Amino acid sequence: MTVLVGFLPTPEGEAAFAAGLEESRRRSEQLLVLNSPRGGAPVSTDAAPDQVVQDLTARAQACGVEIEFRQAPHSGEVADEVLRVAQETDASVIVIGLRKRSPVGKLLMGSSAQRILLDADRPVLAVKP
Amino acid sequence: MDFAPVLDGFSVVLEPTNLLYCLIGVVIGMLVGVLPGLGPAATIAILLPITIGIEPVTSIIMLAGIFYGAQYGGTITSVLLKLPGEASSVVTVFDGHALARQGKAGTALGIAAIGSFVGGTVSIIALTFLAPLVAGFALDFGPPEYTALALLGILLVSTVSSGNKLKALIAAVIGLLLATVGRDAFTGGERFTFGDLNLADGLDFVPIAMGLFGLGEILYNLEERHTTVSAPAKVANVWPSRKDLRQSSGAIGRGSVLGFFLGILPGGGATLASLAAYAMEKKRSKTPERFGKGAVEGVAAPETANNAAATSSFIPLLTLGIPANGTMAVILGALLLQGVPVGPQLVNQEPELFWGVINSMYIGNILLLIMSIPLVGLFVKILRVRPAILAPITVLITLIGVYTVNNSVFDIVLVIVFGVLGYLMKKLGFDPGPLVLAFVLGTLLEDSLRRSLLIFDGDPTSFFTRPISGTLLVIFLLVVVVPPVRAALVRRRTSSADHRTKELV
Repeated sequence: MTVLVGFLPTPEGEAAFAAGLEESRRRSEQLLVLNSPRGGAPVSTDAAPDQVVQDLTARAQACGVEIEFRQAPHSGEVADEVLRVAQETDASVIVIGLRKRSPVGKLLMGSSAQRILLDADRPVLAVKP
Repeated sequence: MDFAPVLDGFSVVLEPTNLLYCLIGVVIGMLVGVLPGLGPAATIAILLPITIGIEPVTSIIMLAGIFYGAQYGGTITSVLLKLPGEASSVVTVFDGHALARQGKAGTALGIAAIGSFVGGTVSIIALTFLAPLVAGFALDFGPPEYTALALLGILLVSTVSSGNKLKALIAAVIGLLLATVGRDAFTGGERFTFGDLNLADGLDFVPIAMGLFGLGEILYNLEERHTTVSAPAKVANVWPSRKDLRQSSGAIGRGSVLGFFLGILPGGGATLASLAAYAMEKKRSKTPERFGKGAVEGVAAPETANNAAATSSFIPLLTLGIPANGTMAVILGALLLQGVPVGPQLVNQEPELFWGVINSMYIGNILLLIMSIPLVGLFVKILRVRPAILAPITVLITLIGVYTVNNSVFDIVLVIVFGVLGYLMKKLGFDPGPLVLAFVLGTLLEDSLRRSLLIFDGDPTSFFTRPISGTLLVIFLLVVVVPPVRAALVRRRTSSADHRTKELV
């Protein structure tokens, strides 16, 4: 069993990571950080830089939590990718960060968080920064 | 040498319109240099129809800017992302990315920009002095000389270029075959037209170039998926230290000279020059084990050489009317589209164009040096655009563009046919460059061959009685004969064989 964190290099992702770290320590389970940028373009701001990956790994190890980082790019919706990885690893909980989005913005862009919350077949922990 | 036309050339460049198009050219050049896949040949081919509306000088200044600007841009992605945007920057990846991993990305980019500037400038100065000499010499050229030169050009393009020689030769032969389509210039008989009026005037160069280089590359790119996505890189401390500069000054000097000469060679050009310069530096270095692990010379040499070569490959085009590589063939297409008389008479008949284009390269190189370093971050942002968004826009521009040249739907069909051909060629490892070049030279070859046979009363041995054509044909025979002989020698003893070919070719 693992704790799956959907991570982006943003304050929301940071909050999700902190909550996920806490959760995996409480459950004494492995922490799986999923940072999946959309594939296609060679560069994406969604990808966490090496420096950030090292920092997060160090923080998890300092807490005595086993951590795995996945950065493979996805195609299609990021929510589907999170749910797929959750199924694959049989995660006990999914941790995501919520960002502020206006009703119009949500109408146009959709909400990955909402899709994860509604479609997941396991507990989801949603945190705000 | 008369310097008045050279100075007149500067006054042409300094016209605001020309300065603006020079800037536009180098910016577009850097952008396509950054974008992996879309090369300068493709971009120039796609932009060909746009040049119809503007002055010949201005359009060639812009297209030239794209060509040498791309050499600068290719470095950025090679160093930061290990992703060469340009074939001529492939070798920069080894040491450039190693430097970036050591936190010295700025040094690598700075050295590359300085090297590119020096290489480009040295090459332009040499071009300024050499080009009129070659052109003066070429005024004595008659049909037999052009026959020999075209033959040599096609052969060198297919044998010197990096890659499979047999495949390059096959591509060149297909190009020659395509050049024969249409009405025979001497007898008026129709060849390979299948009774179709659209084919009676022969295949047009523009749709072929746009299809093979433009559409073909776009299609090929769509297939390629980037399996790793990197975070945008940050670059700090761009100026190389004095020690780095001293270390790379020799490499920059040698790269300039080597690049200049390889650029003139048909089939040479930027890619070959960068490979050769890197190999030479590695061989010369006292500590060759440093190469591949972040040697500054390993960035300086190829980047200098590719810019020097990009510049000097204009010599055969502007003086003889013979393009040295695929990109030059497309620029030749632009000149023909504008109705400019290409050939040795260009320097005397159109001094403003000749010197305007050459002198614009000074300005362009300065612009690139100024822009390349502060704008690195901006260019890296371009890489966030996905091909799925870029490709449809480019295809649309290509197809609309080709339609506007002749207002002909047949040309659109041609672009699509050649686009598919270009895609298949790339997929199967054929370089479309020799095909386009042989197509351009094919018409010249046929016309001058038949004209000289008329002069010689049908006696082909007379080619050897004229000094220039005789020499060129002897070189032609050497290029044909030497590789098999060398291969045989290599099989016998490996040591002295390399040395021999270097002297002959």
